[in-house]
Amino acid sequence: MLHIVNKSPYERNALDSCLRIATNGSAVLLIEDGVYAAVKGGSFEGKVQAALPGLKIYALGPDLSARGMADRVLDGVNVVDYGGFVDLVAEHSNCQSWL
Amino acid sequence: MSDEMDMQEGGVVKQFMFVNRKAPYGTIYALEGLEVVLISAAFEQDVSMAFIDDGVYELKKGQDTKALGQKNFSPTYRALEGYDIEKLYVEKESMAVRGLTVEDFAVDVTVLDHAEMAAKMAEQDVLISF
Amino acid sequence: MKIGVLVNEGPYTHEASDSAYNFTKAALEKGHEIYRVFFYHDGVNNATRLTEPPRDDRNIVNRWSELGKQHNLDLVVCIAAAQRRGVMDENEAKRQGKDAHNLAEGFRISGLGQLVEAGIQSDRLVTFGD
Repeated sequence: MLHIVNKSPYERNALDSCLRIATNGSAVLLIEDGVYAAVKGGSFEGKVQAALPGLKIYALGPDLSARGMADRVLDGVNVVDYGGFVDLVAEHSNCQSWL
Repeated sequence: MSDEMDMQEGGVVKQFMFVNRKAPYGTIYALEGLEVVLISAAFEQDVSMAFIDDGVYELKKGQDTKALGQKNFSPTYRALEGYDIEKLYVEKESMAVRGLTVEDFAVDVTVLDHAEMAAKMAEQDVLISF
Repeated sequence: MKIGVLVNEGPYTHEASDSAYNFTKAALEKGHEIYRVFFYHDGVNNATRLTEPPRDDRNIVNRWSELGKQHNLDLVVCIAAAQRRGVMDENEAKRQGKDAHNLAEGFRISGLGQLVEAGIQSDRLVTFGD
């Protein structure tokens, strides 16, 4: 299953809820303001790193770049473009957007 | 509309889950989400609703919107049964964090913990979230 | 693969419509079929031809119209959501006795059943919203 999160973890609980419910082996794609969870140095870093062994975490490159965050992506987070976003949707049997 | 008829006769049944994570009245998502759920009943699909995070507030009894000038749509949740939409799943953690119990709800629901909710979500064909 | 797209927010305020557009474009470039793009909630505002953004900004409405034209996309605006928010085609304007209509080229107005049907017919349904 693919989970899509578009909210900053510092503003909303979308990522928290997603991480609570996402099961091992699922993928989480961070887009829009959701990409702020994918970077080093913030207080959310630990939470994302703790989730990484069980989940595949991706972040949308164009959204990282737009926000000036492309150079501080956490190790273990895969950066994808819109084509990669499409591939993730195609590879997983269903997807849930945590709006 | 002919497509809709075809689908009913064609017998394609998918598992649809409508994921509600927003409180009522503050935004329109809960109301317009409910409108999709009602329409989906005509397609004879395997429909369920999940209530997670502030979505659990949609089910709170005793809603009174008179002073707001908005329509109170909470009775609609009680009417869902008449549309054969009986799978209402509420996430236990979301309820607990908000100090709610099943006695606070206007309808009968199935309470699932986060792992059970995850399992239900994983088996869906289509997840529509508001 | 057949992919359905649901857009729940209007242009400019939220990035949702941009994300949906970029996703749709990328899916088409990869050879997937976009079964339908359905505009719901404030997403119906993506279909008003009366927007006039500054020259140096993207024109979100025209961008959808053009992509629709190039790829013969089914861009569907929810009628109930559109009526609430003042988006209508010529027929609907006449029917409602309005003095204007504003539906942009390439979009059509139809019922919520089209969203459920997109869920049934598509292999995947992706929601973009707030």
